[in-house]
Amino acid sequence: MKELDLKVVGHDAVRLDGLEKITATAKYADDIDLGPGMLYAAILGSPYAHATIKGIDTSDAEQVPGVHAVLSGEDCPGRCGLYLKDSQLFAKDRVRYVGQQVAAVVASSQEIADKALGLIKIEYEPLPVLQDPIEALKPDAVLIHPDLGDYEVVPWLYPQPGTNIAHLRKVRKGNVEKAFEEADYILEDWYHVPHVVHAPIETHVSAALYAFDGRLTMWNSTQSPHTQRNILANVLNLKHKDVRIVTPYVGGGFGGKAGVNMEVIAAACAMKVPGHPVKIRYSRKDEFQNTSQRQELKAYVKMGVKNDGTIVALKHQLFWDVGASAEYGSNVVNATGFSATGAYRIPNVWIDSYAIYTNRPPCGAYRGFGYSEFHFGIESHIDRVAKALNMDPVEFRKKNAIQEGDTVAYGVEMGPTGILKCIDEVAKAIEWGTESKSDDPNRVRGKGFALVWKAPAMPANESSAAFIKFNEDASINVLVSGMELGQGFMTAMGKIAAEELGLPLERVRVELPDTDRNPYEWQTVASHVTWSCGNAVRRAAIDARNQIIKVVSTAHHIEEASLYLEDGKVKCSTKPDFALPLEKFVINGVQMSDGTFRGGPILGRGSFMPEFTSAKVDPETGMGGHPNVHYTTGAGAVEIEIDKETGRVRVLRMAEAFDAGKAINPDLVKGQIEGGFVQGLGTALWEEVIFDEQGRIRNPNFTDYKIPTSLDAPREMHSIIVEVPQPDGPYGARGVGEHTMIPVMPAIANAIENALGIRIKNPPMTAEKIVQALKEKAERSL
Amino acid sequence: MKKEITLRLNGYETTVAVEPHEKLLDVLRDKLGVKSPKYGCGRGECGACSVLLNGKSVRTCIMYAVEADGQEIVTVEGLEQDGLTPLQKSFLSHNSFQCGFCAPGIIISATELLISNPHPGEEEIREAIAGNLCRCTGYGSVVDAIVDLTRRE
Repeated sequence: MKELDLKVVGHDAVRLDGLEKITATAKYADDIDLGPGMLYAAILGSPYAHATIKGIDTSDAEQVPGVHAVLSGEDCPGRCGLYLKDSQLFAKDRVRYVGQQVAAVVASSQEIADKALGLIKIEYEPLPVLQDPIEALKPDAVLIHPDLGDYEVVPWLYPQPGTNIAHLRKVRKGNVEKAFEEADYILEDWYHVPHVVHAPIETHVSAALYAFDGRLTMWNSTQSPHTQRNILANVLNLKHKDVRIVTPYVGGGFGGKAGVNMEVIAAACAMKVPGHPVKIRYSRKDEFQNTSQRQELKAYVKMGVKNDGTIVALKHQLFWDVGASAEYGSNVVNATGFSATGAYRIPNVWIDSYAIYTNRPPCGAYRGFGYSEFHFGIESHIDRVAKALNMDPVEFRKKNAIQEGDTVAYGVEMGPTGILKCIDEVAKAIEWGTESKSDDPNRVRGKGFALVWKAPAMPANESSAAFIKFNEDASINVLVSGMELGQGFMTAMGKIAAEELGLPLERVRVELPDTDRNPYEWQTVASHVTWSCGNAVRRAAIDARNQIIKVVSTAHHIEEASLYLEDGKVKCSTKPDFALPLEKFVINGVQMSDGTFRGGPILGRGSFMPEFTSAKVDPETGMGGHPNVHYTTGAGAVEIEIDKETGRVRVLRMAEAFDAGKAINPDLVKGQIEGGFVQGLGTALWEEVIFDEQGRIRNPNFTDYKIPTSLDAPREMHSIIVEVPQPDGPYGARGVGEHTMIPVMPAIANAIENALGIRIKNPPMTAEKIVQALKEKAERSL
Repeated sequence: MKKEITLRLNGYETTVAVEPHEKLLDVLRDKLGVKSPKYGCGRGECGACSVLLNGKSVRTCIMYAVEADGQEIVTVEGLEQDGLTPLQKSFLSHNSFQCGFCAPGIIISATELLISNPHPGEEEIREAIAGNLCRCTGYGSVVDAIVDLTRRE
């Protein structure tokens, strides 16, 4: 379809979920009323970061009037996990982080449940606590998972029993040592990115009802209804058909509601009290402590270049603190291992990406899936190398930016990319090369730049499916199981269906997932649903269109090839007067002259799975497979102003450009850019989970863990869309949701260096760190 | 020990029995079926639970229900009884929100601002909604909708 022909796709429209959200009628999981029979659960967390459990006594708690059930590890022996089964519903023999769930009480009120929880007696024997991934690698370090070798794991992850290494991804290309010998300049250094949290405004909520007929129904705030159904059915020994996951709107996900989390506890509680719904709503403190966090990264970067500015070698070692469980986080480590070159053409590469257990909360998916963390080091390093070579950092990036046809570190050819256009557009919007000055002599300004690439991190056989149901009035319901997280998924899917069926968007409804009703979707993660589910919806719409054309062709004796859909009608290219409204027949069929009918309800069906990907690679080199479907590329830049006395940083202007391939919802892509930037801004300047020496979180609230407010966001935001089509994407589209956050930390670090000549290598780049660095700089120059 | 309280809730007198320790947020949501105020933090930090109490925005997650006895409460459900307000229409046409969870609280804060100051500048708007955390939008699309509305009027 030629771009000029598109009537809905690529045009701005009011979001399909807009009215529900503006009128506050949109239902989130906690808004669903489950009736007076509902029970409440309270969960007991471990006070220790690492200890063996010597005994659990729940007898007193069980005696409290109003208590229906008490659960602990004995009741739920199974292990669960998405990729590596290293987590348990309740800790049984050992606790591995502060807050780890040990027991739960189900009672008729929250007060009773909380009171009974206090009566559970647990005897612990403390073990040494590991909080540093480098320490955890030492040969004498205490083992956090002594049984690591017994855990079930997917074949493309390599846990190393007898160590704290949950996975090691190696990538080897060319000859790094030789290339370093031949390089004209080498820079090596360490970068440290701390744990941060997703902080969706809606905390995790899960409600479950186990009925006496053996059906489990859940209402969850999740990005992954089908993945949850699969894990729950397996852990709880139920048939998939008997597990139903209903997902109302999600109040922010960012990866934190991917996979399975506390939902498995809600389900286990419900199965103890058949006939009663059980609801768990996490407090904000729970949300910090007991959902996944973003991994901490300690990264060693060594880069070799020629005097002409060509990058010839990169050694990048990534030491990831994945916390006490790596069931999901191990894939973050895996995915970043493949891509830790950043968006550059580098002939000689050595990457080691380690998933390391510590006694911190389990880590998992977080918008960007590890790419924000490693881009901080790479993009800081790029600026420093450019400076050493006396090259402009933007020119240096352009010279080395990866291009279509280049070979990435694991030997696969790079696909189409608009990265150079993104660089140029961002440089223009930020007025790169033009100095700007503050009127206030105490304030200095600086500009910083960063490139981005990211591939969706998915199993090779991830898939999406869609149904399109026509109604009597030729409106349609699109059934998919991708999740509307706010990114505009519903609107994108609705537009694709409308486009293919010649319908106005007003006739389209896209339904939230319900695993009984909506077909399969792997998960809404990895910025992949526009691409993957978009392809499935497009196929379903084409299937419905083919059915429509076939029935009209048969009934009206018109050649199929001359029929097409437009404005809610079937039209004919050879008979200009022919225009059959869809509502005449899409349910009830077309009546023939003898009174009989042809056709019947139109129901489109579409599935999509990439058939060119493979996770089968050589564990020693990362070569031989095709682990990623494609990369989305882009660039970001900031102009900041710093108060030299207080160290306070303000972002005056930002610009980001991403190659969306084809923006299905252009204004919502811009919304992703603005929102992703501001989320990145928080991690650049303020956000860090702070632990005490016992592994307890000291700032599990929004007073002590600051996320950006309306006053912190830049007043000038340039959101730029570049479109170099993705050949296998719907209309050329590829994902952009996560990417928008990735350039922010390094761009701000580079701007601080540009303004003040100081290099901060450990975000958040707080006012205190800037003042301290300025002091040290002044002392050095004395 | 339960106490009966009477509220004027979205224009109607409503009586409900509450425990002394019950928060206004929980009573509105669980006992009175008003779901627009949301739980986000329980400490008055995020603004998702905001309602208008006698025309001023309050955080219902840190207010006891008994403190609201005899007072007037307006939530988003009350604001829109005669159709979408101009503010809501502007938010709708600007696609201001993404996940939408913070929207009711921001509608309350912005409504409060516009009552006292129908033509605020951008910085006044940002100040007025600074107590409402939004993790999705970066605030630009929210501020634009309010600026646009006040310029049109």
